[in-house]
Amino acid sequence: MNRLLVSLLALCALVFLGGARDPILVPEVSQHQINLQQGFNGTDLLLFGAVLTPEGSRAAQDYDIVVVLKGPTQSVVLREKQKVAGIWVNAASTELRSAPSYYAVASTRPIADIVDEKTAAIYELGLQWLQLSPIGAIDPEEQARFSAGLVARNVDAGLYREDEGGVSVSEQVLYQARIRLPSQVPIGRYTAETFAISEGRVVASASSEVEVRKLGIERAIADFSQNWGFAYGLLAVFVSVGMGWLAGRLFALV
Amino acid sequence: MDVYLPIANLSVNGFVIVGLGALTGILSGMFGVGGGFLTTPLMIFYGIPPTVAAASAASQVTGASVSGVFFQSRRGGVDYHIGTVMVVGGIIGTGIGALLFRLLERIGQIDTVISILYVLLLGSIGGLMAKESIQAIRAERSGKKIAAKKRRHHPMVASLPMRWRFYRSGLYISPLAPLLLGCAVGILTMLMGIGGGFILVPAMLYILGMSANVVVGTSLWQILFTTIATTMMHALTTQAVDIVLASMLLFGSVTGAQVGSQFAQKSSPVKLRLVLAVIVLLVALRMAFGLTYIPDDIYTVAPL
Repeated sequence: MNRLLVSLLALCALVFLGGARDPILVPEVSQHQINLQQGFNGTDLLLFGAVLTPEGSRAAQDYDIVVVLKGPTQSVVLREKQKVAGIWVNAASTELRSAPSYYAVASTRPIADIVDEKTAAIYELGLQWLQLSPIGAIDPEEQARFSAGLVARNVDAGLYREDEGGVSVSEQVLYQARIRLPSQVPIGRYTAETFAISEGRVVASASSEVEVRKLGIERAIADFSQNWGFAYGLLAVFVSVGMGWLAGRLFALV
Repeated sequence: MDVYLPIANLSVNGFVIVGLGALTGILSGMFGVGGGFLTTPLMIFYGIPPTVAAASAASQVTGASVSGVFFQSRRGGVDYHIGTVMVVGGIIGTGIGALLFRLLERIGQIDTVISILYVLLLGSIGGLMAKESIQAIRAERSGKKIAAKKRRHHPMVASLPMRWRFYRSGLYISPLAPLLLGCAVGILTMLMGIGGGFILVPAMLYILGMSANVVVGTSLWQILFTTIATTMMHALTTQAVDIVLASMLLFGSVTGAQVGSQFAQKSSPVKLRLVLAVIVLLVALRMAFGLTYIPDDIYTVAPL
């Protein structure tokens, strides 16, 4: 009798503990390679996947899902225009060591409702939590102004985006988010990260990579212009002189 | 029709670019200007990065001036002697322009300097042209003829050392004058993506005092080679020449130029000049507006 009770308790404990264990996250991206070539006019990237309990069954509770697509970071100079003597000129600047060239975040609910500020800052969830690493000591107020400026500028350019409610979860298992990449996406290796969040805690995360690259003739032209500048210049001159001359000849016949 | 530009790194509507080329082509056929002063700002308004716009516009001007040079040289309208001195100056100018470009880019003031140059140059030259053509139209109406200005080079030109004879232009002046003029235009071509015809022609007439029948041909000759040098310089330094963009512009502009020259033969030259003056002034105004009105892009990003 006692032994039965003990084993029953043990089973209960196992189930209980098992329930508290981290869920399994199976993420996938619709395209692992994005090719910039003729006809490319931006694309939608689908980040989707499944959240399961450790036993592999459907989750008993709702998880919040946050997906982040981040382009390669770069060191940039951020300049701010101010009105000097009646005209707008670049008057102030700051250097940022790790500005993402592209950043998109989508979530099931507003991020402020899902996690507290500390967690959001640690995982860089949301445009206001980007870690830009300014170079040199500037005061926090100025830093905040510049960060907001960079974000506003890149949101306008379509390179930074935040979509609260952009992740939909069906049957507590399958989630999906559609993220827009505009035609001017920078090339490089992107990371797509997925976070499952429960009660303000990131309980599971997984990441995969997406490569954005130029392909075919576009890549050839870009490489040519970078590696053989002189020959590329000659080609451009040849094309322009040739076209001008040809047009003159053709219209002389008309 | 979406076309992906491999150097500008974005996709544009091909018809818009060809149309833009055609528009400036028509202008260049009608007025004998390269049209770079219009292409570059319009491309920037369309969203193409300023450096790529300026670099690619230069090769469009090359294409637009080729058939003009052939035509002028057949009718003996090119003074190769003074033209070559100016081209040498132009090549030196593109080199200086490239250095200035890099310097201004580093201190973050390139866009402002380009805009100010546009406002000053287009504003003053457009104003002068408008004034002249209004005077000419008035004189035509009242039937009076305005006395042609006596052709004479500027006193400053006379004070330069060393003198060469330029027979076709009818000049005996220091070669430094055309060299410096070519150099100044070369700098502007590099910075602004313009051919500089609308600056060169009045400068050759009123500063150098060249004989009028070789002015247009010689300025086209200078523009042809200076824009070639500019394209090469951009290809080597800024690497911002987008050959796909340039080809579309060229396609539009070389066709437009032929249409424009048909137009020009049918309309009165004085009125044409007034129209051109108004267009030039409008571009200057738009640029001035961009400088003084609160800009959309308070923040700009450049790679470190």
